Amino acid sequence: MDTNGQPKTIEEAVQPLSRRTFLKGAGMAMAGMAGLVAALKPLMQLESGQITLADLLKTHYSELTPEKYVAVVKELEDRTEKDYGKRPRISDTKPIEGVEFAYALNLSKCIGCRKCAHACLAENNQSRESDDDINMSYIRVLELNKGSINVEASDHYYEPESVPQEDKYYMPVQCHQCRESPCTKACPVQATWQEPDGVVVVDYNWCIGCRYCMAACPYDARRFNFSKPKLTADQMNPNQGYLSNRVRPVGVVEKCTFCLHRTREGKYPACLEVCPVGARVFGDITDPDSEINYILKNKRVYVLKEDVGTVPRFYYFFD
Amino acid sequence: MRDYLKFLYRVWRLSFQGSWKFYVWMTLCSVVSLIGLNAYAKQFVDGLSTTGLVDQVAWGAYIANFTFLVGLAAAAVMLVIPAYIYRDEKMHEVVLFGEMMAIAVIVMCLLFVTVDLGHPERFLHMIPPFGKLNWPGSILSWDVIVLNGYLLLNLHIVGYLMYTKYMGRKPTRMFYVPFVFIAIIWAISIHTVTAFLYVGLPGRPFWNHAIVAPRFLASAFTAGPALLIITFQFIRKFLHYHIGDEPIFTLRKIVVVSMIINVFLLACELFAEFYSDTYHVAAAKYLYFGLHGHSALVPWIWTAVGLNFVGLVLLISPLSLRLPWLNLACALAFVGIWIEKGMGLIVPGFVPTPLGQVVEYAPTLNETLVCFGIWGFGALVYSWMLRVAVLILRGTLKAPANEPVFPPSTTILQIKQAP
Repeated sequence: MDTNGQPKTIEEAVQPLSRRTFLKGAGMAMAGMAGLVAALKPLMQLESGQITLADLLKTHYSELTPEKYVAVVKELEDRTEKDYGKRPRISDTKPIEGVEFAYALNLSKCIGCRKCAHACLAENNQSRESDDDINMSYIRVLELNKGSINVEASDHYYEPESVPQEDKYYMPVQCHQCRESPCTKACPVQATWQEPDGVVVVDYNWCIGCRYCMAACPYDARRFNFSKPKLTADQMNPNQGYLSNRVRPVGVVEKCTFCLHRTREGKYPACLEVCPVGARVFGDITDPDSEINYILKNKRVYVLKEDVGTVPRFYYFFD
Repeated sequence: MRDYLKFLYRVWRLSFQGSWKFYVWMTLCSVVSLIGLNAYAKQFVDGLSTTGLVDQVAWGAYIANFTFLVGLAAAAVMLVIPAYIYRDEKMHEVVLFGEMMAIAVIVMCLLFVTVDLGHPERFLHMIPPFGKLNWPGSILSWDVIVLNGYLLLNLHIVGYLMYTKYMGRKPTRMFYVPFVFIAIIWAISIHTVTAFLYVGLPGRPFWNHAIVAPRFLASAFTAGPALLIITFQFIRKFLHYHIGDEPIFTLRKIVVVSMIINVFLLACELFAEFYSDTYHVAAAKYLYFGLHGHSALVPWIWTAVGLNFVGLVLLISPLSLRLPWLNLACALAFVGIWIEKGMGLIVPGFVPTPLGQVVEYAPTLNETLVCFGIWGFGALVYSWMLRVAVLILRGTLKAPANEPVFPPSTTILQIKQAP
C-alpha cells in the first residue's frame, strides 16, 4: 500500500488498515462497549420477573376474551400477592343496563372534615407514605372564603383546630365523570373511556403513562403512579375491580370510578357512606324516582367550571 | 442492493475516522449521551419519581425540550423554501444540511417523548394493528403521525440525494422533488399540531389561545435558522466544506423578520392577559411576577426577555451584518426562545392547577442529566451526518467505479477537494 507508493482509496488514505489502527479500533470499540454497559448498569436492579414478555404483549380490555381475562386476572392476583403479601379478588362487574350514575354534593352541608378523602384511600388502594397521606386520594377538599366561589383562592392544606370554620365553606372535588370528557379525547391509545353507565375508567394494562389526560382534566382529578405504589397488606382492600381499585402498576394514571366495583353491585360509593353530614347524594339519573333526580330538578344546582363545556355527571347544590 | 450495502459499510467505517478534533468532539458527545442513558436507566427502574414532576405539574423539562425541538426541526423548511420555491442556487447547496438537522432533531424529539412515558415499553399500543391509536380524536395521535412522517420524509430525501451523489448519478427529480414539497407543508404541520396539543385543552387557560400556533412558528423560524447560521460556520471551519456568506445572510433576513413577528405576537399575548386581568391571568402572573410567594420561573423568564430583547436589537441593527455580532445575536435569540418556549410555556400551564393550587416544579439532577444526554446524542447524530455528508458532497467518497485515488501519506485534513 502506501509503502510502495501505490494510490489508495479514501479509507486507506485516511487510516490504512494496519496492526496499529486495528488495535486502536478494537480499543475504541472496547471503550465504547464498556461505557454502554456501565451506563445501563442500573437496569440490574430490576427484580427478576418485573418485566416479562407478557408485559410487552398486553391486550386492551375491550379485546380480552373470557379465557384471556381469566389468565390476566390470575397473573395480576399472583403478582399483587407476591409484592404486597395479601391476595386480592379481582372482579369485573359490568355496567347495569339502562343505568347512568350521577353524583350531587350539598355545599350547604359539607363541613370540610375530609372523611371522604380518607375513605377513598381506604377503598381504592392508592399509594401512600402513611395512613394520613391523602395525596393520592381521588378527592381534594377545597376551603373557600364565604362570599366567593373562586377556586383559585382556595386552600387545599387547611388545618384548623376544628371544622367548619365560621368564615369558610368547603368544596370536595373529584372526577366529574364528564359527558364531554376532555381526558378520554386526549388519550392517544384509547386507554381511558366512558363506560355505558357514565363512569370514566382507565385500563391500567394499556395506559402508556404520557399524562396527556392529566393535562386535559379541568378538575385535577387524575393521579399518576410516579413510583411503584406503597401499600401495606393491612392497608390493602382485597375487593378489587379490574377497571377500578385494583393495585396499579408503576407508571400509569388512575382516577375516581364512582367506586364502580361497589356501585354496580348496588352499594354506595365509599365517600358517600362515610359522610357524617349526609352531604352526598348518588344514584341513577335515568330513574325518575331517584333522589338524585329530585335534587337536579328541585334544588339550586351548580356545575363547577361549566364554561369549559365538559357537561359533568357531578353536581353541587345548595339547600 | 449490493452497492447500497457497500455504501453503508463504507459510511460506517469512515464514521470512525478523522482528525483528533473529530475524535475529541465525538467522544465528548458519546460520553454525554452515555451519562444521559445511565440516568434514564435509573428512571426506568424507579419510575418517574426520579423527576421533579408531581400530579399537579404532570409535564416538565422533557416536554419543554420536546416542544422547543419540534420547532427546530420544522425550521429546516426555511432553507427548503428559498432553495426549491425561489430557486436560490446558493441555498440549494446548503439545503441538505438543514434537512439533516431536521432528522437529528426529530430523533431528539422522539427520545424526549419516550423518556417522558411511564411505560415506554408499551409504545406498540400506539401502532396499529397491534395498538389502538386514538385517531383522529387525540391530538397526541396526530403528533405521533406527523413527527414520524416528517422523519421518514427527510430520511428519504437526504438518503436518496446522498446515495445518488455517491453513485455519481443524477438524481431523478420525480423521486425527491414531490417529497420536498410535501415536506414543506409537513414541516408547518408538525409545529402546528404540537401547538394544538396545548391549545386544545380548555381546562388550561394559559395554553387555550389561538395565538400559540402562530407564535410557535415565528419562534421556530427564529431559533432554527439561528442555529443553522452558526452550524454553517462550523461546517466551513472544521469540515473544510465551502459555504459562502450568501446563505448565511439570507438566513439572517429570515431570522430578523421572524424575530420581529415573534416578539410582536408575544406582546399581543401579554396585552390580552394583563390588560383584561381576568382570573385566567394567574398563570402568566406566576411566570412573570410570581404567585402567592412562589416565583421559581421569574428569573428564568426575565433572562429570556432580556436575551430576546438584546437579540432583537442586534438583529435589526446593521451590526449583525458582521458575522461575530450576528453569531452573538443568534445565540442570544436561541437561548431566549429555548427558555420561553420550553419551561416558560409548559410549567405555567400547570401553575396554578385548575383547582387553584400553586405547586412548583424544578427538574431533578437525574432528569437534567437525561436532558443533557439527549442533546448530546442529537449533537452526535448531527455531527456524524455532517461528517459523512461532507465527504460525499466533496466527491471524496464515491462508488468504486469512479472512485478518486489519493497519493500516499494523505491525511484527512489534506483531502479538501477530490483530486
